Amino acid sequence: MIVRVVLPAHLRTLAHVDGEVKLDVEGIATSRAVLDVLEACYPMLRGTIRDHVTQQRRAFVRFFACEQDLSHEPPDAPLPDAVATGAEPFLVVGAMAGG
Amino acid sequence: MSGVRLLVGTRKGAFVMTSDGTRERWDVTGPHFGGWEIYHLKGSPADPNRLYASQSSSWFGQVIQRSSDGGKTWETVGNKFVYDGPTGTHLWYDGTPHPWEFERVWHLEPSLTDPDTVYAGVEDAALFRSTDGGHTWQELPGLRTHGSARSWQPGAGGMCLHTILLDPSRPERIFTAISAAGVFRSDDAGKTWRPMNRGLKSDGIPDPNAEVGHCVHRIAMHRSRPSVLFMQKHWDVMRSDDAGESWREISGNLPTDFGFPIDVHAHEPDTIYVVPIKSDSEHYVPDAKLRVYRSRTGGHEWEPLTKGLPQRDCYVNVLRDAMAVDSLDPCGVYFGTTGGQVYVSADAGDSWAPVVSVEVHTLP
Repeated sequence: MIVRVVLPAHLRTLAHVDGEVKLDVEGIATSRAVLDVLEACYPMLRGTIRDHVTQQRRAFVRFFACEQDLSHEPPDAPLPDAVATGAEPFLVVGAMAGG
Repeated sequence: MSGVRLLVGTRKGAFVMTSDGTRERWDVTGPHFGGWEIYHLKGSPADPNRLYASQSSSWFGQVIQRSSDGGKTWETVGNKFVYDGPTGTHLWYDGTPHPWEFERVWHLEPSLTDPDTVYAGVEDAALFRSTDGGHTWQELPGLRTHGSARSWQPGAGGMCLHTILLDPSRPERIFTAISAAGVFRSDDAGKTWRPMNRGLKSDGIPDPNAEVGHCVHRIAMHRSRPSVLFMQKHWDVMRSDDAGESWREISGNLPTDFGFPIDVHAHEPDTIYVVPIKSDSEHYVPDAKLRVYRSRTGGHEWEPLTKGLPQRDCYVNVLRDAMAVDSLDPCGVYFGTTGGQVYVSADAGDSWAPVVSVEVHTLP
């Protein structure tokens, strides 16, 4: 299935992409599965969204989809059907900060 | 005519500045990596077109960039810095044990002979090395696992390994400096390390002979005389004539001996430069005058260099890596301020001119 991913601007620059990224994710679409494919396609993103070793989401990164904050969902929890079918994108968001 | 390339790291990105040998007119490109903090940029002595950059962000962590064409184009290389083996603990600010956690790369030091070999000094303090042009990184764990490491404590900027000096006459010898642990030296290419802090006196440490715990801000050497080291400490400007075995104070007539950068003239091993600031809690130049101080006697006797620098209403600082020299004759000297100016002297500091206004963070 094709999952659409929206990256924050700085990570789009790092990955040399414009707009959405479309990823072919096999099996159940989970945040772990999506990020695994994302990092395989764009290795320069490794370590920028989740830790190299622990695979934990970086503190100032959030995952949104279907108007929900999925940041604290288990990484193996299925993403909403609308994300799995490509109807809605999976958003990687830099947390709002800076004052 | 010979030329010069100046690499400028800022909190807003990286800039590459080039000029001919007169160093009067500068072409500025950048910001590269706009919006990211550039903790360090440095070129390889073995291949001046090979550059390495440490790119950091609170959101997205550490990225290492590499250029093979002098900064025209860049490629992302490896950013996986994993401590080798159990990390153990150091002391936190409140004195409690705290596990080692990788935060960022403060300093990149390319090998003197191999463009693909580069060392990285990181926070929390450790030394890494890449031998494949930055694609993969391996820790040299002997430093982090030194017997004193459990007593190391971070300085205000974090527990960073910020200085790496490679001895051109002894390839197995490496110097590092850590805030706030001090200077360490390896004579076996990084396998084992010894603290090199004898003679340092720090008011915040009750034991006057403490082996570690000194807030060293930067050390510098002249490559023709690598056993002589110069140090800007938290307070005190210091000198060692025995490769760090002992240190003596050379602050002399400086208006204050607190500061961050220190560097050595490219052709005169006893000519050194510092930029004193008012105090540890007042990080701006004294008397609102931006003055570089130069000693032509290896310390003790200092002269203020003011021509072309603001001499009123100036309240900037110059951070530890924000000073550099070139190898032209006469020697060029460069520094960047926290206020965003890069100043150039094409006559060894006698006169200065501003080149560009950005927020300078690092200037190798």
